Amino acid sequence: MLSSLPPFALFFVGAVVIAFTRGTARKVLILAIPLVGGLNLWFGVEPGLHLQFDLLGYTLTPYRADKLSLLFGYLFHLAAFLGFIYALHLGDGTPEGSVAGEVGEDDIVGNASAGLQHVAAMVYAGSALGAVFAGDFITLFIFWELLAISSAFLVWARKSERSYATGFRYLIIHVISGVLLLSGALMLAHETGSIEFGHVGLAGTGAAGWILLLSFGIKAGFPLLHNWITEAYPESTPTGTVFLSAFTTKVAVYALARSFVGTDVLIYIGTAMTFFPIFYAVLENDLRRVLGYSMINQIGFMVAGIGIGTSMAVNGAVAHAFADVIFKGLLFMSMGAVMTMTGRTKGTDLGGIYKTMPFTAGLCIVGASAISAFPLFSAFVTKSMIMVAAIEEHHYVVWLFMLFASAGVLEHAGIKIPFFSFFAHDSGIRAKEPPRNMLIAMSIGAVLCVLIGVFPAQFYTLLPYEMDYHPYDFRHVVTQLQLLAFGALGFITLVKSGVYPDEKRAIHVDAEWFYRKAGPWLVGTVGRAVTRVDVYVRSSVLEFVGSIMHGAKRTHGPVGPLAKSWPTGSMVLWVAILLVAYLLFYL
Amino acid sequence: MTDHLPVLLVVVPLVAAPIAALLNRPRLSWAVAVAATLWALYVALELLSQTMAAGVIHYELGGWAAPYGIEYVVDPVNAWVVVIVALIGALVAPYACASVEREITEDRIPLFYAAFILCLTGLLGIAVTGDVFNVFVFLEISSLSAYALIALGSDRRALTASFQYLIMGSVGATFIVIGIGLMYVMTGTLNMADLADRLPEVSGTRTIPVAFTFLTVGITLKLALFPLHLWLPNAYTYAPSAVTAFIASTATKVGVYLLLRFFFTIFGATFSFDVMQLDRILMPLALIAIVTMSLVAIYQENVKRLLAYSSVAQIGYMVLGISFASVLGLTAGILHLFNHALIKGALFMSMGCVMYRVGSVRLERMHGLGRVMPWTMAAFVVGGLSLIGVPLTVGFISKWYLVQAALEQGMWPVAGVVLLGSLLALMYVWKVVEVAYFHEADPELGISEAPLSLLVPTWVLVLSNLYFGINASDSVGIATRAAEVLLGAL
Repeated sequence: MLSSLPPFALFFVGAVVIAFTRGTARKVLILAIPLVGGLNLWFGVEPGLHLQFDLLGYTLTPYRADKLSLLFGYLFHLAAFLGFIYALHLGDGTPEGSVAGEVGEDDIVGNASAGLQHVAAMVYAGSALGAVFAGDFITLFIFWELLAISSAFLVWARKSERSYATGFRYLIIHVISGVLLLSGALMLAHETGSIEFGHVGLAGTGAAGWILLLSFGIKAGFPLLHNWITEAYPESTPTGTVFLSAFTTKVAVYALARSFVGTDVLIYIGTAMTFFPIFYAVLENDLRRVLGYSMINQIGFMVAGIGIGTSMAVNGAVAHAFADVIFKGLLFMSMGAVMTMTGRTKGTDLGGIYKTMPFTAGLCIVGASAISAFPLFSAFVTKSMIMVAAIEEHHYVVWLFMLFASAGVLEHAGIKIPFFSFFAHDSGIRAKEPPRNMLIAMSIGAVLCVLIGVFPAQFYTLLPYEMDYHPYDFRHVVTQLQLLAFGALGFITLVKSGVYPDEKRAIHVDAEWFYRKAGPWLVGTVGRAVTRVDVYVRSSVLEFVGSIMHGAKRTHGPVGPLAKSWPTGSMVLWVAILLVAYLLFYL
Repeated sequence: MTDHLPVLLVVVPLVAAPIAALLNRPRLSWAVAVAATLWALYVALELLSQTMAAGVIHYELGGWAAPYGIEYVVDPVNAWVVVIVALIGALVAPYACASVEREITEDRIPLFYAAFILCLTGLLGIAVTGDVFNVFVFLEISSLSAYALIALGSDRRALTASFQYLIMGSVGATFIVIGIGLMYVMTGTLNMADLADRLPEVSGTRTIPVAFTFLTVGITLKLALFPLHLWLPNAYTYAPSAVTAFIASTATKVGVYLLLRFFFTIFGATFSFDVMQLDRILMPLALIAIVTMSLVAIYQENVKRLLAYSSVAQIGYMVLGISFASVLGLTAGILHLFNHALIKGALFMSMGCVMYRVGSVRLERMHGLGRVMPWTMAAFVVGGLSLIGVPLTVGFISKWYLVQAALEQGMWPVAGVVLLGSLLALMYVWKVVEVAYFHEADPELGISEAPLSLLVPTWVLVLSNLYFGINASDSVGIATRAAEVLLGAL
C-alpha cells in the first residue's frame, strides 16, 4: 500500500504529527519518517506512473517515477535523514561547551524555534520530493511554491530582524519564480495542449520555453539571479542552512535536467556560474556565505553538463548534484557546528579551534577534499564526467574555464574554509566539540563522500542513462593531482612569499585585505570588472523598480487621486463624462 | 407547489421582511431572517437542479401570459446567480446574530433584519425576473434597503458613505430606467425574450444606441466598474461587518448578471460586441481596474477598505472575462462571479470576527492576532491565498480559465496583466499576514478567539473555497452551460 502513496504524503502527514508532539516522540518521528520513506522508495518502488487523474480537462500526474526522479528521490530522503540527525538537538538548550554566549545572539542554535524548524524542514523536504516526482507542470508548480514558503520559514527561524527581512526578500524572489513557472506552463499548454513535465527546450516553444528557463534559472541561481542564495543561506540558523542547501537548488537542477537537456545556452550560463562566484568567494569573510558562492559554482558544473546534453554529461550533472548535496551538506554542517559552538562564522573571528574541535576539523577537511575533487573522494568521480563530455563535444574554451574554476574551488572551498576556521592564527576560542548527533550526521556524510569516490561503479548504476566511463584511469588521476598540487602550490607560494601578513598583524587584519594582496592581478582586474557589470545591471534594475514604486505611491497611495474619497459632486461628474464619452463612441 | 417555486423564491422573503420588523424583538427577527434565507437557499438549489435537468423554466405571474404579464424565467445563468445570493444570505444570516448585537444598537436590530431580508428579496428578484421593468423595481428595493443597511454602521462616516451610495445608486438606476424606457418606446414591450426578438428591427435607429449607452453607464455604475466604483470603498468600509460580507459577495455580482442579461440575452452578443464594440470599452477599463485598484489596495491601512479596493479589482477580472465574448471567457467571468463571492465572503467575515473582538480592523490594531485569534486569521489566510489564486483554491480555477480565455484570443499581454494582478494581490494580502503573524500581540488587551457563531459560517465559506478549488467540475460545468446559453441565445 505504501508503495502507491506519493513520497511527499508521508512527509506532509509527518509534519502535521510532529507539530503536535514533543520531546523524544518527536525525535523518533523526525528520524523515522525519512528513513521509512527512503527504504520504501529503495525497495518498494519501480519506475512507472503511480498516480494520475484528470482535472479541468488536463491529466495530472502527481507521482511519476523513472530513473531520474528516483535518483533525486533517494538523494532527498538521504539529505532529509542526515539533516534531521543534525537537527536532533534543537530544543534541548545551549549545547555543552558552547562559547557562543560570548558574542552575538543568546539563542544562536534556534532552540526557541525548534518546533518551527522541524515542521518547516519536514514540509520543505516533502515539497522537494513532490516536485521531483511531479509528472506535470501544475503539480510541479504547487510544490515549487510550497518549497518557497516552507524554506522561507527556515530563514525566519533565526528570529532576528535581518533574517526576517532576508526571508521576506527570499520569499518574493521564489514566488516570482513560481509565477513565471505557471505562466510558462500555461503558455506551453496553450501551444502544445499538454502540461506534461517533460522535455521543453527552447526550439519551437516560443516565449514559453524562455519563461520556464527563467523560472528554473531563478531557483538554480543563474548569474544575476543568484543573490538569494548568498543572502539567505548565511542568515538562517546553523541547522536551517543545512536543509536550505540540500533542496531548492537541486530541485531546479532536476527540473533543468528534465526539460532543458541539450540547450546550448545552458553551457555558457553554467560556465559563467562556475567562474564568477570564485572572485566573490575569495573576497568574502563570512564562511557560510563563501559556501553559498561555492554552491553557485558547483551548480554551474551541473548546468553546463545539462547544456552539453550527452548521456555522459547529463549523468555527470545529476551525479554531481547527488555528490554535491552530500559534500556541501557536510561543509555547511561543519560550519554550522562551528557557529553553534563559537557563535562566529567570520574568517577573521575564527582560527585555531582545531585544538578543541579536532573531529569537526577532520570532517570538514573530508568535505573540503570532496569538493576539491581529490581522487578517492566523490566529486572526483562525478565532476569529471562533465569535463570529459565537454572535451568530447569539442567545447575546449568551456573546458578551460571549468578547469580554472576547479582550481578556484580548491582555493576558496578546499583550503579557505578549513584553513580560516580551524587553523590560521589562533583566535583563542576554546569551544568544545558539537553535540554527538551533529558529529554523527557529519560522519555519515563524510563516509558517503569517500564511498562514492572509492566505489564509483556501484554508484553509476543508479544514474539515468547508459554509459561507459571509468574515472580511475592514469591520465585523469595524474591530471587532477597536478591541478590540485599546483593550485595548492600557488596558494602556499603567495602565503610564503611575504604577501601573507605575519601572525601579529594577521590578528587585526581583515581576511578580505589579505586576499586582495594575495592575488591583486586576479581579483583586482577580473573581479572588479565582474563586480562592475553586476552592480551596473542591478542598480539600473533597482532604479527602474524604484521609479515605478514611487510613481505608484504618488498616484495610488492614501492621498493619491486614485485612492482618496471623492466628493459626491465629482463622482456624478464622472458619470456624466462617461455618458458623453460613450455616446460619442457609439454614435 | 414546485410549479410556483420561481415566485415563492421572492414572495416568501418579501412577506418575511415586514414580519421581522413587526415582531420587534432582536432574536425573533433574527430567527425570521434565518428562516427566510434558508428557504431562499432551498428554492434556489431546487431551481438550479430543475433548470440544469429540464431546461428553461417559464413562470407567468398571476397567470397573465407574456409579453403582457410579468414573466419569471429561470435558466442556468440566473439560477446560478440566485444560488450564489441565497447561499451567501444563508451564511450571513446566522453570522449576523452575534456580529450585529455588537455593532448596532438594540432598538434598530429588528429593522436591520427587515432591511436585510428586503435587500435579499430585491437581489433575488432582479435575478429571477424576465421583465426589464420588474428588474428596475427590484433594483430599487435592493438598493434602498442596502442604503439603510450601510447607514446602520457604527462609524459616523457610514452616513456619508450611505448618502453617496444613494446618490450614485439612484443615478445608476435612473440611467437604467431611461435605457429601458427608450427600448420600450421603440419596441412596445418590456419582456426580455420579446425585446430580444423585436430589437433587431429597430437597431438601426439612433435611439437604440442611446439606450445602449445609458444602460452601459447605469449597469457599470451598479457593478462598480472602474472609474464608476467611487461609491464602493467607503460603503464597504463603514457598513456593519455582516452587511459588508453580504453586499460585497452579492450586490455587485447581481450587477454583473444584469450586464450579462442585457448585453447578451436582450441586445445579443452580435449587436453588443460586433456592432457596438462593447469590448473596446469593457476590456481597457477592466484591465485598468485590475492594476490600479490592486495598487491602491496595497497602500490601505484599514483592512475592510483594502478588501473593498480589492473587490473593485476583482470585478475587473469578471468583466474582463465577459469582454472576450467567447464561451471560455464567459465561463471564466461567470465562474469568478461564484468564486469571488466565496472568497470575499470568507475574507469579510473573518474581518467581522476581528471587528467583534478588537473593535477595529485597522492594521495597527491587528498586531499578533495570528496567535490570539488563530482560527479567524487562518480563515483570512486561506481566503487570501484564494484571492491570490493559489492552486487548490477557487481563485486558481478562475485565474486558470481567465488566462486560457486570453490565450485563446492570442492576447498575451492581457494574460500577463492577470498574473500581475495575482502578484499585487499577494502584496496586499501579505501586509495583513505580516501584521498578524510577525508582530507581537499586546497581552494586556486580552483578545481571545471569536465565538463559534461567527467562526462556523466563516469556515463554511473557507472550506468551500478549498472544496470548489479541488473539485471544480460542478461549478465549471454550470458556468460553461450558462456561457453557452448566453451565447447560444443570439
